[in-house]
Amino acid sequence: MGAKMVSFNGWDMPVEYPCSGGIVAEHLAVRNGVGIFDVSHMGDIRLAGPGALAAVQHITINDAARLAVGQAQYSAMLYPQGTFVDDVIVHRLGEDEYLIVINAGTREKDFNWVRENTRNFDCKVEHLSDEFTQIAIQGPRAVDLLQKLTDADLSAVKFYWVTRGTVCGLKNILIARTGYTGEDGFEIYIPSDEPTSERIWNEVLAAGKQFGVVACGLGARNTLRLEAKLPLYEHEISDTINVWEAGIDRFCKLEKGDFIGRGALDQAKSAGLTRTLVGLEMVERGIARDGYKVLDDGGKEIGYVTSGSPAPFLKKNIALAYLPPGSAAVGTKVRVEIRGQAVGAQVVATPFYKRPKKMAT
Amino acid sequence: MSYPNDLKYTKEHEWIKVDGSTATIGITHYAQESLGDIVFVDLPKPGSAITAGKTFGTVESVKAVSDLYAPATGTVAEANGDLATSPEKINKDANNTWMIKVTLQNPGELPGLLSAADYEKFVSEEGGS
Repeated sequence: MGAKMVSFNGWDMPVEYPCSGGIVAEHLAVRNGVGIFDVSHMGDIRLAGPGALAAVQHITINDAARLAVGQAQYSAMLYPQGTFVDDVIVHRLGEDEYLIVINAGTREKDFNWVRENTRNFDCKVEHLSDEFTQIAIQGPRAVDLLQKLTDADLSAVKFYWVTRGTVCGLKNILIARTGYTGEDGFEIYIPSDEPTSERIWNEVLAAGKQFGVVACGLGARNTLRLEAKLPLYEHEISDTINVWEAGIDRFCKLEKGDFIGRGALDQAKSAGLTRTLVGLEMVERGIARDGYKVLDDGGKEIGYVTSGSPAPFLKKNIALAYLPPGSAAVGTKVRVEIRGQAVGAQVVATPFYKRPKKMAT
Repeated sequence: MSYPNDLKYTKEHEWIKVDGSTATIGITHYAQESLGDIVFVDLPKPGSAITAGKTFGTVESVKAVSDLYAPATGTVAEANGDLATSPEKINKDANNTWMIKVTLQNPGELPGLLSAADYEKFVSEEGGS
């Protein structure tokens, strides 16, 4: 493929594909057409059995009881102190069968965490990460591309729902309408053996030619998720950041009952926030990067950048940062310290990018 | 990619073209290719001193920030203002897109620089193109 490789949490990953035209071209292809990503580094844990729902409820913050068979939800697993083990997508595949999709860098830790904390539930926990190659097909034309390759009726699959179908001749393939780009799109889970993975990858590329599909790497995946304000582990969320700080309150269903981390979240809520995740846009010339200090208008350090980059679609320099609630209002003027210079920025509404609503599905 | 013979190169992937007591400095094709889409260039103002082997500015691509290292010691005479608004020019033609013009301190002495052939050998050993 001629990809430029980079080590990401111990994985050799394509950061960009020069033949696709680089990160900016890849990013724009996903916003305007379709791009595909090899995201096999993502991990998969299956919980199955009569106690699977109770187990999932115990270890995640969202309310899995609300999931119909075939539905998925964004969620997270917490430590008892209310901070993140990882953010996850929980899919309900069957009556008593759930698939939790986890992040690459936290795979072993996550699996051990799930296994340890579901011992008292009547369900079987399996680590399936090595059994699947996960390909993400993302962008407004993703549905058209994938429909060419499958007998499943994709128009019947809503965002954050899953189905099964024949894909490129492979039967019973899991197809999820999910992604990490802020666009419509799908993630397909195919057998991980190399000849199959390579064949499917090439068939997807070929089928997408008429839509201008390009292969996309981690670089574009990062800029796309940043524009859409989707969190990345060790950046916006980590084992020292809690749910309220990260601003994912709407995925945390306290009314569902107890779960790991809940007690600490109750306490944190009554104690009040000391920092909150905000969006920044550079006003002066400069690019905020991960870890840079954020200063108030008077030059006092008040927070730090968790992710920062040029935003290829928005054509602005944007960042996510943790700031005190008093400095978090949209329009607040702040400064980002870039190589010793305090460069002007301001707090803006997030997500920076929201895809146009047009789907009738 | 061939590297022009009238330029000298650093192992940090800058090129320098000497013309009497002045020199023009940019980054190499290999550097731009490794960086990817260049979106930002920070260059010293005219009158600033630069020192061989030390940083004189910054170039940023979408994904990374890289320091620029001076191939020679001297005083900046001019910085390429075009690059503030069109940094992508470096991606299009790195070998012909200059960043700064410098009045050299010791025009005769430019130690530690590579010839085009040596630089090409160096980058092919680095795993480049």
